[in-house]
Amino acid sequence: MPAPAPDTVLAREESPPVPASGRRRAAGALRHRRAAIGVGLVLALAGAAAGAGWLAPHDPVASDLGRRLLAPSAEYPLGTDWIGRCLLSRLLYGLRLTVLVGVVTVLAGGGLGVLLGLVAGFYGRLWETVIMRGTDLLLSFPYFLLTIVLVAVLGASLLNAMVAIAVWTTPHFVRVVRAVTLSLREREFVEAARALGRTEAGILLRHVLPGCAAPLVVQASVFCAQNMLMSASLSFLGLGAQPPSPELGAMLAAGRAYLRVAPQVVAVPAAGIFVAVLAFNLVGDALRSVVDRRTPGRP
Amino acid sequence: MIPYLARRLGGVVLLLLGITFVVFGMMYLAPGDVTLMLVPNVPSHEQIGALRREFGLDQPLPVRYARFLGQLVHGDLGTSWIDRRPVLPQVLDALGYTVRLAASALALSLVLGLAAGTVSALRSRSVADDVVMTATLLGISTPVFVTGLLLIYCLSFRLGWFPTSGAGSWRHLVLPSLTLASFLVAYNARMMRSCLLEVLGQDYVRTARAKGLAERRVWGVHAGKNALIPMVTVLGLQVGLLLGGSVITETIFAYPGIGQLMISGITARDTPLVQGCVLVSAAGFILVNLLVDLSYVVLDPRIRLTGR
Repeated sequence: MPAPAPDTVLAREESPPVPASGRRRAAGALRHRRAAIGVGLVLALAGAAAGAGWLAPHDPVASDLGRRLLAPSAEYPLGTDWIGRCLLSRLLYGLRLTVLVGVVTVLAGGGLGVLLGLVAGFYGRLWETVIMRGTDLLLSFPYFLLTIVLVAVLGASLLNAMVAIAVWTTPHFVRVVRAVTLSLREREFVEAARALGRTEAGILLRHVLPGCAAPLVVQASVFCAQNMLMSASLSFLGLGAQPPSPELGAMLAAGRAYLRVAPQVVAVPAAGIFVAVLAFNLVGDALRSVVDRRTPGRP
Repeated sequence: MIPYLARRLGGVVLLLLGITFVVFGMMYLAPGDVTLMLVPNVPSHEQIGALRREFGLDQPLPVRYARFLGQLVHGDLGTSWIDRRPVLPQVLDALGYTVRLAASALALSLVLGLAAGTVSALRSRSVADDVVMTATLLGISTPVFVTGLLLIYCLSFRLGWFPTSGAGSWRHLVLPSLTLASFLVAYNARMMRSCLLEVLGQDYVRTARAKGLAERRVWGVHAGKNALIPMVTVLGLQVGLLLGGSVITETIFAYPGIGQLMISGITARDTPLVQGCVLVSAAGFILVNLLVDLSYVVLDPRIRLTGR
């Protein structure tokens, strides 16, 4: 009987369990199911956001004082709030706002971060010093404080909250892109492109940027979730969207007073935020495990 | 050690200077005339002029910044525009409450998070691991204010165990601490899991197993200790998360900490008060991270600090 290869004993952490036991298979299936649920939820959110206008049974800001704090019924599937507005309609429009804020802040703040990160990593010298010092400064604010200060200065509105959140997003993307760019800068294919007479901008866009794609996708998904949370938090504090806007955080803040008498007024927006953030976190988590497996050595 | 400390302290001072610059610049470039909002009814020109002189707003911006820094060096954060009281004592008073809240939340989240993360890593790819990973994902996705309101509804309204707002006794601290901790447990569990998984793949763990040590000793002595070193870094970052999370927690529970003070300052457009809160929070955050870096020397003898 041949002795087992030493690797089969020592590498049991790394190698996939070939003869999977029932429990292991169950765990693996759960892990895959998490990714599937995430993708399903994101698609559902996109559907709700895009179709809020058709799906909503009522006007999200139209109040009807005769129908206050109603329990769920056929006409109002999720009930009504304290001035008789349809909670389902407000939820749908709120999800649209939430998704919009997440995507737009990541595109704007992340896009700027990618640009600055490419410049800092590729050109080095003074560019790098200035950009990275600025990044360090922004990141030295405790989490959430920077956005609060920015909104305090700009004034409380959803647009200003989005600007503040985008500013907060930027340095995180700068760091990731710069790190990848630094490692790609000296590679042969970049040198080859330069020898072939490609312009600097061409090299950055065609050869360096694609190398950042994998970590960027993870980052984008995670920050989409983060930023939706932050926007809802700012609105909850009265620093973001203002009533009567159906922003979920603002709905929660205003609905707090009715927590005891009509919990659905709080539960509906709370569940909305939770599901939206969860969806993007699930996708980000699944993407991360794929990307980490492809690039060994990443922590 | 000494040159390293000197360099780091110099860096901290520069960073704080940068923060004052950013905060000061932003607060004073804010659109709209603040003085108009501070005078009741329709203010006369004289009233506004007097206020602007009192707050030093009639001076050019560089002069104001220099004066602000001069006061700061003397430990003076200025006086509130609303009630004319000095800012620093107010901020320090609130800071005491916030530190109490943050410390209890941190302790709670460390105990729960490290335990869950350890189970998850040691039984990697098992059902237990999956349950922990799913639970932490749910935890990370739950906004602080949702947790807070849920706790209020269940433990206060339904069961009547704890007061919903205020501060003073330990009973007032329970719900805010739970709320703030729930925010961190998930982070701690995930971090502990990945640190421990990383360590378990190291050669010295293999060696420890090869020489026949009981698995309990391998994990407890060889893996556990080394996994905790990166956890200390995360601890520094968590102070940032705690400060941010406490802003919301304090608002929900009407807890008189620095977060609530800052929000009230923002609502009243009390610039010196907001500045004071931000500066003190940021300074605390930076100092904790400095302490974390220094603690490495004690925890990891491989690290030697140099002045370079």
